[in-house]
Amino acid sequence: MNIVVIMKQTFDTEEKISISNGQVNENGVKFIINPYDEYALEEAIKLKEEFGGEVTIISVGPTRVESSLRIGLAVGVDKAILIDDESLFGDEYKISKVLASALKDLSYDLILGGNMSVDTGAGQVAQRLAEQLNINHVGTVTKLTIDSGKAILERDAEGNTEIIDSALPLLVTAQQGLNEPRYPSLPGIMKAKKKPIEHVSASDLGLNAEEIPSQTVVTDLFLPPEKSAGKILEGEIPEQVQELVQLLRSEAKVI
Amino acid sequence: MSKKVLVLAEVRDGNLRNVSLEGLAAARRVAEGGEVVAAVLGSDAQKHATILGQYGADTVYAVENEKLDQYTPTAYVQAINELVQTINPEVIFMGHTAAGKDLAPRVAARLGIGLISDATDLTVENGEIVFTRPIYAGKAFQKKKSISSVIFATIRPNNIPVLEADTGRQANVVSHSVDITDLRSVIKEVVKKASSGVDLTEAKIIVSGGRGVKSSVGFDPLRELAAVLGAGVGASRGACDASFCDYSMQIGQTGKVVTPDLYIACGISGAIQHLAGMSNSKIIVAINKDPEAPIFKVADYGIVGDLFDVVPLLTEEFKKVLEEAVV
Repeated sequence: MNIVVIMKQTFDTEEKISISNGQVNENGVKFIINPYDEYALEEAIKLKEEFGGEVTIISVGPTRVESSLRIGLAVGVDKAILIDDESLFGDEYKISKVLASALKDLSYDLILGGNMSVDTGAGQVAQRLAEQLNINHVGTVTKLTIDSGKAILERDAEGNTEIIDSALPLLVTAQQGLNEPRYPSLPGIMKAKKKPIEHVSASDLGLNAEEIPSQTVVTDLFLPPEKSAGKILEGEIPEQVQELVQLLRSEAKVI
Repeated sequence: MSKKVLVLAEVRDGNLRNVSLEGLAAARRVAEGGEVVAAVLGSDAQKHATILGQYGADTVYAVENEKLDQYTPTAYVQAINELVQTINPEVIFMGHTAAGKDLAPRVAARLGIGLISDATDLTVENGEIVFTRPIYAGKAFQKKKSISSVIFATIRPNNIPVLEADTGRQANVVSHSVDITDLRSVIKEVVKKASSGVDLTEAKIIVSGGRGVKSSVGFDPLRELAAVLGAGVGASRGACDASFCDYSMQIGQTGKVVTPDLYIACGISGAIQHLAGMSNSKIIVAINKDPEAPIFKVADYGIVGDLFDVVPLLTEEFKKVLEEAVV
């Protein structure tokens, strides 16, 4: 079974966001594998352990993404591809076209990715990629089983669980609960240092960046107004509770 | 300039979802005198036309096909692609729901257009629609526009006010048939979770628990409070990681991002990644033993105390007050 993991490197979720010169400030920020993509990566490694085959991890992004690809290689990925040609960076429309182009010559039974990235939070690239490759997809998956060449999946749909059958090849997006991602081992990290990362450009893919321009434009970026600390109630607990209920009714008017 | 706007309405458990009505309000805002068309899919599509008309649809396309009773990606893409070719809208809106966020990117790819996901607001500026959307789960916001031939966006539930129903308003109903040939996911079973009484992303009130609830049983007082308020029950990552509750309840940068009218945080310290998921709630109440807990920095009202003392009293007090309100 051959698997491709699509991965994005994102800010650590504990990072605060600041803006300078109209951009999100990246200085001193800790970058991690997008948490949902970590589940995708773990699932790929588990399936490889069960069925054999090859796992490829692919990402579109700058050179810093290499550190996340190395983590993939350290936990058992066979091959890492980084599309670090800036002319190919852009919105979800563009990135999915770039990935589709990079995947068209790869052999895969499964494509795994996170159900969204925790930075831009759009959750578009995976489904767009499935459409472009003309394969089925199942989103926000919490359980994946492969049996007799088909997939049986559990999908989280707003609290309900849908149990779904699908043929392969298939694209799956991971939801929290799918698995418990492993940490890379020291020997794994050492071995990963020697594995190559393939760098890919527009000309390698036979793509003309001007023919796939981003379809959306960011016109402004701002931080939400800071919340001022509210009222800490005082007195005995029963009195505080009564006061709170009154405040919610008469002042906040939410009850 | 007037625009033709298509709203892809969504039905859950036999009822139109509120976010579909919010989509109609958004559509009226950008149509500028143009036509607002709603589309509903599934066997009972026709019966939702009245409400859609009252809330702003001029025309309702009812696609009555039992293969569309449950959402599956490729069948829905096929149906919606056909609808879009027939209706030829300049703008398309749908809810950023479990189905909407799964489907919209695929539809956008089929149509070869851009998509603005998870918009919380929209305005028309110089004839262009400008969307506001959160990034980093609400730690920052961006304004975004689409340059595609068709403008397409998904709208986050609970953010755009619904128009007042006009009971005299009637939509023109068009019955539209689509031959579904591309059904690739087979749904064997849908398991409804007991805890999913109120959907978190659409809940007006959320009662949420953190590590302070101490165990899965510790959620019981929170559930009782939620039952009295008709609220959804959420959790912090700490509570989920400690296996006190299911991950489907998790609120935060990983997990669900929610914007209810009232968020009651019980025994939640307020890690940055949790605050990202809930700090845009209209009113936040924090109940925590630790007066230094960061959650108090974003709370409108705070009680420093043990949640196991405070929450049951709160339940009783709300019960009393709400009963009085009925009488």
